[in-house]
Amino acid sequence: MLRNRIKYIEFLVEEKQHIEESLIPILDTVSDPEIPVLTILDMGVVREASENMGVVTIKITPTYSGCPAMDVIGDDIIAAFSSVGKEAKVELILSPAWTTDWITPKGRKALEEYGIAAPLNAIADKEALLGNKKLVKCTNCGSTNTKVVSQFGSTACKALFKCEECQEPFDYFKCL
Amino acid sequence: MKENLIKYILGVSDNSLILGQRLGELCGHGPNLETDIALTNISLDLLGQTRNYYQYIASLQGEGKTEDDIAFMRSEREYLNVLLVEQPNNHFGFVMARQFYFDVFHVLLMENLQHSNDETLIAIANKGIKEVSYHLRFSSDWVKRLGDGTSESHQKMQEAIDGLWVFTDELFHLTDADKHMIEEGIGVDVSTLKEAYYKKVSEVLTEATLSVPEEKYFQKGGKQGIHSEHMGFILAELQYMQRTYPNMKW
Repeated sequence: MLRNRIKYIEFLVEEKQHIEESLIPILDTVSDPEIPVLTILDMGVVREASENMGVVTIKITPTYSGCPAMDVIGDDIIAAFSSVGKEAKVELILSPAWTTDWITPKGRKALEEYGIAAPLNAIADKEALLGNKKLVKCTNCGSTNTKVVSQFGSTACKALFKCEECQEPFDYFKCL
Repeated sequence: MKENLIKYILGVSDNSLILGQRLGELCGHGPNLETDIALTNISLDLLGQTRNYYQYIASLQGEGKTEDDIAFMRSEREYLNVLLVEQPNNHFGFVMARQFYFDVFHVLLMENLQHSNDETLIAIANKGIKEVSYHLRFSSDWVKRLGDGTSESHQKMQEAIDGLWVFTDELFHLTDADKHMIEEGIGVDVSTLKEAYYKKVSEVLTEATLSVPEEKYFQKGGKQGIHSEHMGFILAELQYMQRTYPNMKW
């Protein structure tokens, strides 16, 4: 029901991002409500941003189909633009599907500093989540002597890990 | 064409809605915190996929319909989910067996739906395949852990695998709407997935030291809207708010 405020379209023709440079400073003030250290640009969820006749159109893509943060992100974008006197429209797109590869290097660094291990590549991710290999680095002490506690963590996009060196539990952002 | 397309999508998406609702019942009742969270995460993925399908149906129907009308305002006979997903959470073995039987199917379905002619369904499947692969990994893991665990966990897992087996064959039945959509190149011919399905199921069960059921008698009906005795109770809980306070919004 919340999504009524966001216009829904299904797909974009192109995989490339198109973000008008003048809009970046405002978009950079909107962060992911569940991971506040990450801006939506760092997350790579903004696929298009353009301004036409004074109206800004932002197209965002959900990280997971059921991600409850998308409704909040949509509202936050509208509020951020309205605070600088601009009208914004937010559209939700499903394809191309979001991938963790779209998280920027800055975003990955912010994740690690916040205590969430950044996603490995797809093959390493599978090995780590099945507990076959110890590849995920503890965000507290840096050791890779870590084990998976649960493949589903505090949100759908994360798995729960524990460090066997320093005993610290931490989240790992799953590869998608 | 449009009516068949809507029926086809309902056949796919109602499974996600009802299974998502069943898993949602476990919120706060999982055997431990991590598993509790995992089950509700899976529920959230399924309900997210359902929203995408229902929004698409609402746009096809026009008439000012929304995803909520489709989720909450239909009567029992209008839901087209398979009987498997409405089966109750008897014990944790049943929860995992139901999930496993569905996930093996769901992964095959999403893989094939990516080759549909319908761009929206392709988009939903592209997104969904990544999520359901995680679901299958989780449920297979539990089937193996419990099957190859203690004698009690083995016995309970076998009980659930045997008990739900009769609902697996229905996954591969084709309705008239399915047949029309297969002709159009939109729908997946699920009858062709049967062999791959039972092969995968057997592999995991064998690894779990469980015996593969041989029962040849199967239950069916959900795809035609003829549901088991459990469905009314699910809908009563699911629809309560919308029926009591029509058009209420969060």
